[in-house]
Amino acid sequence: MSLSRPLPHDAAPLHVTGRAHYIDDIPTPSGCLHLAFGLSPIARGRITGMDLSAVRRAPGVVMVLTGADFDPIPDCAPAAHDEPLLSDGSLHYVGQPIFLVAATSHLAARHAVRLARIDTAEDAPILTIEDALAANSRFEDGPRIYSKGDIAAALAAAPHRIEGRIELGGQEHFYLEGQAALALPQDGGDMVIHASSQHPTEIQHKVADALGLPMHGVRVEVRRMGGGFGGKESQGNALAIACAVVAARTGRAVKMRYDRDDDFMITGKRHDIRIDYCAGFDETGRICAVDFTHYLRCGWSMDLSLPVADRAMLHADNAYELPAARITSHRLRTNHQSATAFRGFGGPQGMVGIERVMDHIAHHLGRDPLEIRRLNYYPEAQVARSEASGGSISEAKMAHAAPRPGVTPYGMEVRDFILQGLTARLAQSCDYAARRAEITRWNAENPILRRGIALSPVKFGISFTLTHLNQAGALVHVYQDGSIQMNHGGTEMGQGLFQKVAQVAAARFGVTPDRVRITATDTGKVPNTSATAASSGSDLNGMAVQIACDTIRDRIAAVVAPVLQADPAAVVFEAGMVRAGRAEMRFEEAVQRSYQARVSLSATGFYATPDIAWDRIAGQGRPFYYFAYGAACSEVVIDTLTGENRILRTDILHDAGASLNPALDIGQVEGGFVQGAGWLTTEELVWDARGRLRTHAPSTYKIPACSDRPPVFNVALWDQPNPAPTIYRSKAVGEPPFMLGISVFMALSAACAACGPGYPDLQAPATPEAILAAVDRARGRQP
Amino acid sequence: MNVRFLLNGEPQEVVAAPTVTLLDWLRTQAALTGTKEGCNEGDCGACTVMVTDRDGRLRALNACILLLPQLQGRAVRTVEGMAAPDGRLHPVQQAMIDHHGSQCGFCTPGFVVSMAVAHANGRQDHDDQLAGNLCRCTGYAPIIRAADAAATAPVPDWMRTDADRLADGFFAGPDMRTGAQAPAVSPTSGDELAAWYLAHPEATLIAGATDVGLWITKGLRELGPIAFLNQCDDLRGIRQLGDQLHIGAMTSIADLGAEMDQRHPAFAALIRRYGSAQVRAAATIGGNIANGSPIGDSAPALIALGARLHLRQGDTRRSMALEDFFLDYGKQDRRAGEFVEAISLPVQPDGLACYKLSKRFDQDISAVCGAFNITRVEGRVVTARIAFGGMAGTPRRAPALEAALVGQPWTESRVSEAAAALAQDFTPLSDMRASAGYRLRAAQGMLVRHYHETMGQAVDVRRVPA
Repeated sequence: MSLSRPLPHDAAPLHVTGRAHYIDDIPTPSGCLHLAFGLSPIARGRITGMDLSAVRRAPGVVMVLTGADFDPIPDCAPAAHDEPLLSDGSLHYVGQPIFLVAATSHLAARHAVRLARIDTAEDAPILTIEDALAANSRFEDGPRIYSKGDIAAALAAAPHRIEGRIELGGQEHFYLEGQAALALPQDGGDMVIHASSQHPTEIQHKVADALGLPMHGVRVEVRRMGGGFGGKESQGNALAIACAVVAARTGRAVKMRYDRDDDFMITGKRHDIRIDYCAGFDETGRICAVDFTHYLRCGWSMDLSLPVADRAMLHADNAYELPAARITSHRLRTNHQSATAFRGFGGPQGMVGIERVMDHIAHHLGRDPLEIRRLNYYPEAQVARSEASGGSISEAKMAHAAPRPGVTPYGMEVRDFILQGLTARLAQSCDYAARRAEITRWNAENPILRRGIALSPVKFGISFTLTHLNQAGALVHVYQDGSIQMNHGGTEMGQGLFQKVAQVAAARFGVTPDRVRITATDTGKVPNTSATAASSGSDLNGMAVQIACDTIRDRIAAVVAPVLQADPAAVVFEAGMVRAGRAEMRFEEAVQRSYQARVSLSATGFYATPDIAWDRIAGQGRPFYYFAYGAACSEVVIDTLTGENRILRTDILHDAGASLNPALDIGQVEGGFVQGAGWLTTEELVWDARGRLRTHAPSTYKIPACSDRPPVFNVALWDQPNPAPTIYRSKAVGEPPFMLGISVFMALSAACAACGPGYPDLQAPATPEAILAAVDRARGRQP
Repeated sequence: MNVRFLLNGEPQEVVAAPTVTLLDWLRTQAALTGTKEGCNEGDCGACTVMVTDRDGRLRALNACILLLPQLQGRAVRTVEGMAAPDGRLHPVQQAMIDHHGSQCGFCTPGFVVSMAVAHANGRQDHDDQLAGNLCRCTGYAPIIRAADAAATAPVPDWMRTDADRLADGFFAGPDMRTGAQAPAVSPTSGDELAAWYLAHPEATLIAGATDVGLWITKGLRELGPIAFLNQCDDLRGIRQLGDQLHIGAMTSIADLGAEMDQRHPAFAALIRRYGSAQVRAAATIGGNIANGSPIGDSAPALIALGARLHLRQGDTRRSMALEDFFLDYGKQDRRAGEFVEAISLPVQPDGLACYKLSKRFDQDISAVCGAFNITRVEGRVVTARIAFGGMAGTPRRAPALEAALVGQPWTESRVSEAAAALAQDFTPLSDMRASAGYRLRAAQGMLVRHYHETMGQAVDVRRVPA
């Protein structure tokens, strides 16, 4: 059985020997051109003059294009049609592409770009939340509001109230492979694109639009990305389109990759957010009502900001039942890079808001924040397996018997809640209570350093909130020799999707995974795919592959059943054999017989997530098929003289359902946690007063390094299958662990709170400077 | 220039412009695309290669800021050269597979090479050895598990062949030649360099290229005449002359760190946070000082130790207190055609404390770096040399603070009072690393930390056991 085995990533042998090809490693035809963009030097205004003569004369330059060379200018936006490939004369952020150089080498193109003379007329940019509110510069007509209950009455009636504000910085994806694309012109004007993209179909669609071709004239192939994290959902469009238009004009192969600094300056990042909160609660800490206001700086174009902001609202409850709640969300248009998808897609921002409220309430009441968290948890689902054991997990029947399911602020019942039990087990395994008491003692004895510990939960909704995206296709071929080729719409960015889905295919045919060849995602094989995003990769594509495999399996069974003297329904595929009772034959033989019987050994599979329905304007419905859960306990130490800090230990218990591959899932948990902790600690984006990003390279923007991981790092998977009938009862695992990193921020808050009686009001990212300010607030000093 | 080196065991003679980086050459000319470009500025390690020097030493270096002429007479191994010629994997490669150390795989070649270098050198301080390799997927835990698992495996015999071939005099014979028109030279001694530089004072001197490399890859600057100093063996090395420790300008930061381990452990600990293993192996102390960075981490410690700088212009030599070299932001007391020849330090009992503040502990540029060399007799401060980086346009001493301390009792209250004097010494700037207010507070905090450290209190978050 190939399922649930901790097999290595399918490409690991290629990774470690340097033979895994990324876009810039693909051998290109001779004469391949290389592109670079010239970028806007100002945040807002217009171009008054552009002298590109020196650029055109520069060594190696073959073509220089501006917006004036197109009619219309190709659009790069995923939805709103508001991102011209090159400026139409108006400028909206520092880093906006305004001209395009094609040269004989990457270096020649970069050199040439610097020779441009751009004259501009600068307008006052809209940079801050205040700027945007004053100018009413926003997407959508006004704020979006989701609410439950009578918030004003519930707040007024609450025995206690707190108010506060937390600012959370954005986050650069810092995928190790920068954005890249390669266009290869074909017969009759068709185009083949290799892209480092999570969304090949969108690349196909946008390139087709740019070239004036039907979508069938463009084929997009993605073998792998060197990291994506959401940053390659829409941000690769510009490169693919640029390559395609130059390839179409020159008839030459064209490649583009951003230098790292350009990547920082051009592409969008995680949305930063300000959250204002007001919470009412009783003496025990039970919440009566919470009122949140979200302010997101979305940047210059809409991109994916609306669903990102929606998802922030949808996670404003996290794991807690809020009797009354209101979430007001302002999506502000500012003169920055257009903020985009990033692992969690707004969810982490929303979640930090309520975790902050829990921390603040606990401080107000002088209680352990974990107590307050558990007190406010949704009711636990009473999940029982109707069959004691036996049979595969996917066939186990699950029964829900929650006495009273909790209801989210958006009207969805929470029927699969497991955090009461999961939290109890984690608190025990990490010895939370004893360590917290020991830390209190230690802090009393140490004048300079303070430790803090926090345990925080994650409940993350699984499904695209744009319901129609929850579909996937697959194409499976079985060849005459019994080898299997598998293709689906999902893309591989390191998460191990291909390996997990190959394990599904191998399981369906009862063969070892090495019999399954995983091929590059290709819009010519599986059309109309959704982005590999929203943690949906294995849920959707695993199901589609299973359906395709089963179609072929049924056909083979029908062929071999008479030979095995059995009913087709009794034929099973296992251990490399096709069996019915005691009769059996090798899988290869069954395949050969099917071929000779003139039976098709190729099939497509298609899956659409059932049972979901969502009205994003009303903020009501069931946007999620199920929830994924987890919890983390982190311990930190801070230096109260400088704000220096360190994670000492983290324990995680995470719910991946019945894991398809526990090694890969633990990899997502460990990596997601560290990335989440980085967002809230060392990773700080700084724009200056003119809107220029000052942290545009790894020299100034600091993602976690090796020594930033917790020195004690215990990660385990929760051992229960998904009650929802997902692929082999597994759960999505891409995004949820990111939010386990919130435990680090809350532990830092606890360490700061140990310095004095005041609430430290820690802001994110919790750099040493932010921590020192929080220590001051705890001590009642103005920072 | 003509450059000869071994590449994955094969001799190469390459004719290339002097500013071609090894990374570009590997990827575009040698069809070796396993070495990746992640940042093009020596901060991510995706381009890490293994370099064997003629003395057999193995180093991990960043190929993106390594210029071909720096490889003259050396051996390079890329990720493609880690497995045996018959395809058997290196133990770190197998361990990375077995322990799920790769996800997207893009950083993996760099990690594999860094790990193989550390493995060959018997280093198991993985956090330090791998601080220059960034991974965005794994959270590092499985990579460290892989490094631990491979640690006990013997060094594969094919990892030793480069050193053997270099030792066999593989490159005996004529040295690196420069083309008739090439504006680049590679002098082989300080004398040769001095004469040439006097005649070409507009030239750029390249030692480790960890800074000049960025002028090329990011600044896209034309450098004019260039001298590569890597063949000037007489400018390299540390030796004690009487009561002075003489440190040649071409001494690598890594070698300086090893020396300081014995003499001034706090300086060595600071050096462990200087760049990364790759950067420390390339960068030189002369380069770090000559470029005059206000945030270079060696200067505050050296100033606190009373270092003198030795400059040479042709046959003229002069020396000065190191702090006097840094005139203003971007401006040093260096004459045309004059270069840093050496640094000297008075041999002294160790009393140095160094503190570095940055957003990230490893491989980050200091917001503030402070060095304290305070001697006390019977609880009273006798001498104080205190210097900071990140507090002004240059690394600088803190005379007001020194004066406030000298003669005073070494007590918490007096130290805290004295710390206020820092506001007279410095008016720091706000930038993307820290605000002015924080810089001043943190610098004062460092002094208070030093006091508590001398009193035996726990002051270092890195030393709190998990």
